[in-house]
Amino acid sequence: MKEEAVISVSHLYKRFGHFTANDDLCFEVGRGEIFGFLGANGAGKTTAMRILCGLSKPTSGDVKVAGFDVYTQTDHIKRNIGYMSQRFSLYEDLTVLENIRLYGGIYGLSRQKIREKSAQLLSRLEMEHMQNSLIKSLPLGWRQKLAFSVAIVHDPPIVFLDEPTGGVDPLTRRQFWNMIYEAAHRGITIFVTTHYMDEAEYCDRISIMVDGQIAAIGTPADLKASYGVSSINEVFIILARGRQAVTE
Amino acid sequence: MRIIAHLIRKEFLQIRRNRTFLPMIFLMPVVQMLILAYAATLEMKNINLCFSDQDLSPASRGIQAAFRGSPFFNVMGNTFDPAEAESCLKDGSADIVIVIPKGFEKDLEKERKAGVQLLVNAINGSKASIGSAYTQQIITGWYRTYQQAAGGSIHGARAPLIQAIPAFWFNPELNYQVFMVPGILVILVTMIGMMLSALNIVREKEMGTLEQINVTPIKKHQFIIGKLLPFWIIALFELGFGLVVGKLLFDIPMQGSLWLLFGVAGIYLLAVQGAGLLISNTARTQQQAMFVMFFFNIIFIMMSGLFTPVDSMPVWAQYFNYINPISYFMTVIRMILLKGSGFTDIQIPFFSLMALALIMMSLSIWRYRKTV
Repeated sequence: MKEEAVISVSHLYKRFGHFTANDDLCFEVGRGEIFGFLGANGAGKTTAMRILCGLSKPTSGDVKVAGFDVYTQTDHIKRNIGYMSQRFSLYEDLTVLENIRLYGGIYGLSRQKIREKSAQLLSRLEMEHMQNSLIKSLPLGWRQKLAFSVAIVHDPPIVFLDEPTGGVDPLTRRQFWNMIYEAAHRGITIFVTTHYMDEAEYCDRISIMVDGQIAAIGTPADLKASYGVSSINEVFIILARGRQAVTE
Repeated sequence: MRIIAHLIRKEFLQIRRNRTFLPMIFLMPVVQMLILAYAATLEMKNINLCFSDQDLSPASRGIQAAFRGSPFFNVMGNTFDPAEAESCLKDGSADIVIVIPKGFEKDLEKERKAGVQLLVNAINGSKASIGSAYTQQIITGWYRTYQQAAGGSIHGARAPLIQAIPAFWFNPELNYQVFMVPGILVILVTMIGMMLSALNIVREKEMGTLEQINVTPIKKHQFIIGKLLPFWIIALFELGFGLVVGKLLFDIPMQGSLWLLFGVAGIYLLAVQGAGLLISNTARTQQQAMFVMFFFNIIFIMMSGLFTPVDSMPVWAQYFNYINPISYFMTVIRMILLKGSGFTDIQIPFFSLMALALIMMSLSIWRYRKTV
């Protein structure tokens, strides 16, 4: 564990009627860590992530994000996180620059700061020549990279990425992960969900959710060692299939 | 404040880029006014008439001539056989059949009293009653000239005919457009203020951008103002544009203060935008929102007095209109434009609208959730 936890979750439960989407989750994420949040479809990842972002309230349990409580201090949480959803989140009928300006403005950056940020962000993405193109005219990979940059335009301590590379080509995925590393290097904590197991290997630590519970948590190397396999892919299959065998 | 400015600027940028929106804003008032004001008219023209003249006298022919000279009637024919005339009514070739019985002229001269029979197709009730009223007017008019032509011979000791001469105030030419155009303006303002702002919010829900907005520290009131204010401005602009079109095309009167009208419109818009916001909070798709708004709007518009006066509705309907913002605005816009009413005249609907706006807005703000 790193010196200080920016996300701490203990005994988190979320129930929808009789269905328990999150069943006794406990974990911590340290500052500057890249935390991979894995799990099969419907395992409860998105539900947990929405709670951490202040979009939904837990049924019970203690959850603190950036030091703030998810029950009472969601406004503070929202000021301190970035979020990039699985659905596309930039405005398609606005240009690249207009989107950056809008989100910069929403987070209360000054006009001067927004101008600096946009220039910096566009040059890092090598997108200066596209600054006046509408988002809908950009290829998916470009949009996702831009969406990530916009999600951290206000330099939040934590950013949540919900399947950010879904449907993106391998080359762009690699570039995307370079951006993630850069951000982590600057001290931003990355909380990311993904279905690509090669990406899981890039994370500092991962957790694997099965049926609403965390079935395994640790560094990729530790997990591989303890299950005696050579890839996270195999760990995932053992866990997911093992649980299915029990329930069947 | 700066955040709201950013949101409003974004909204206007999106509206400007929308290929259907801008043309619609300018096209809608013109087309609606032309179609509704000219085509959806309650004035009766082309009433088909059939005579069954069994008297065949100068008097009965005089009546027929009077109808032939009227622009409202088409005289389809004359038959001696009343059964044939009735069949015209049945097959729809005549709206009204006038039966002039045998001995009509004789009775008129001897008894100073005679009857004609009107058979009216009353499937369309209002057409029937207006048509028969016209018919009676023409017959009365004919009788007056007939009396004068007959001179003193039948005058004798008869009591003078009492004649009521109507003076039509506020719309002296009984111009239907003058009545309709303000009503259409109300509908226009409602569509833009309510429908478009509500659909806009649900659209963001569908696109997923609303979720992104929800994880930002935007405050509830900032988001709501950012969404409603642009359409509030556009709807008021549309009212102004519609007034200009109405003035140019139909020369509608503008007796009262336009400032007052715009003030009322501003409050009215808050009420309907609040209702729209409430619907957009619950609807998940634009289709759902559209359907719900369609349902309410049709009822509220029909009850509002757009076509038929509220005063002649049953009592329960008049009670219903206490909660119908469209009805208040419909009344006020006609009062201000046609009658030149001032603030003191419209106080009751004004404060009622204000109360409705307050209720709808607080309800929708209370119901609005940033978390799902």
